[in-house]
Amino acid sequence: MEIFYPYIFMGILLVTWLTSVPVMVLVERKVSGWLQYRVGPTRVGPWGLLQPIADALKFLSKEDVVPHHVNKWLYIFAPALMVFPAFFVIGVIPVGILTLGGKEILVQIGHTNIGILYVLAVSSLVVYSITFSAWASNNKYSLLGGLRSAAQMMSYELPMGLSILGTIMLVGSLRLEDIVNFQMNSAWGIVWQPLGALIFIVTAFAETNRLPFDLAEAEAELVGGYHTEYSSMKFAMFFLGEYCNMLTASVMITLLFLGGWNVPFVQGMNLEPLTQQVIQIAGLALKVVFLMFFFVWVRWTLPRFRYDQLMNFGWKTLIPLALANVVITAIVMAIVS
Amino acid sequence: MIENYTYVLMFLIGGSAMVLVAMVISWALRPSKPSKAKLTPYECGEIPAQSDSYFQFNIRYYLFGLLFVIFDVEVILFIPLVKVFNNWPAVAFIELTFFTVILSIGLYYAWKKGALEWE
Repeated sequence: MEIFYPYIFMGILLVTWLTSVPVMVLVERKVSGWLQYRVGPTRVGPWGLLQPIADALKFLSKEDVVPHHVNKWLYIFAPALMVFPAFFVIGVIPVGILTLGGKEILVQIGHTNIGILYVLAVSSLVVYSITFSAWASNNKYSLLGGLRSAAQMMSYELPMGLSILGTIMLVGSLRLEDIVNFQMNSAWGIVWQPLGALIFIVTAFAETNRLPFDLAEAEAELVGGYHTEYSSMKFAMFFLGEYCNMLTASVMITLLFLGGWNVPFVQGMNLEPLTQQVIQIAGLALKVVFLMFFFVWVRWTLPRFRYDQLMNFGWKTLIPLALANVVITAIVMAIVS
Repeated sequence: MIENYTYVLMFLIGGSAMVLVAMVISWALRPSKPSKAKLTPYECGEIPAQSDSYFQFNIRYYLFGLLFVIFDVEVILFIPLVKVFNNWPAVAFIELTFFTVILSIGLYYAWKKGALEWE
């Protein structure tokens, strides 16, 4: 039985990620509506709840225009390359512990010992998809959007990598489950690493190309940026990848800084192990949902950066701050030990 | 240990298959009626002045790419150091300080050279 657990988790996690995308699109449109004093989608189904299904059917059945000037194979490959890393990254993410058949089982597909490194490496592959799609489209807007996005994602990857060093130093492990256990036994990561958490959250916005960092799309200047020439299912792929990445970023923020599946006080309540663990997984889901709402909230609160501001902020503010965070953590750790 | 990576690999294959299935389904369902106007580059209704858009772009994108490679390698070198920090705090601290100083000098140099300016 135990040999099948990874496969079961594969199915469950993939389905969770995939179903969350249409739900998130609906939530984003609804919350956007409310924040702007509108009602959002209301026509399809009660309260607009069937909107995601209508969208999916539309994406599936629309004509796919492949313009004659594009670099055909790269053009077809780029949207798929957007979704691959978004899925691959789920392969090492733990979402909780379950006691099944008297044994504690970590809900994770592969128990690798370099979890964080894998997540960072695979999620940064998205930049290839954006560059390829921009280059293959052979369109001025796409090329400009793709170049901007490539430079932006590279620049913000550095502070992201530096911001988690403090956490790794505290825990002494690259396993995500060890980091969560550390937070269970002491305090949440945001208490230990407030600056690191702040930098990580900001860079997560930049890495997922969300406002205020959506220079790649910037609909007012670049029409749609790198996906201007895409239509039908290929366009949907970009959306799917983007929202999957957003969900992964939320889960990573939760695991690293918001205690993962730790729910305060639940361990002292003397519940059945399985009940407690299910509550903990639900707690993780709740934190992730809040972060998703936070993503939409920020989108309608902050205006977009100008490009020079964006690069200056990344290189001249975030990188020195992240380096300072590493040094401060090292000094405190060396004094304490 | 290695079998855990096998699960990850299986997952990679499964995930890729899913994407391909979605693309094939949509390929089977959708209509295809290309016309001359549809196949022109999209430029807000204008007829494009030139057919290719591989134009010259700002050299800064390339410069930032180079800077990224240098600094990213340094971030990667940091990771094993901080992983074992707790085992030898004193040694690791000296090494980390040394390394951070070098990194900061590099950043300072790039800054003063104007490589981080975006005009």
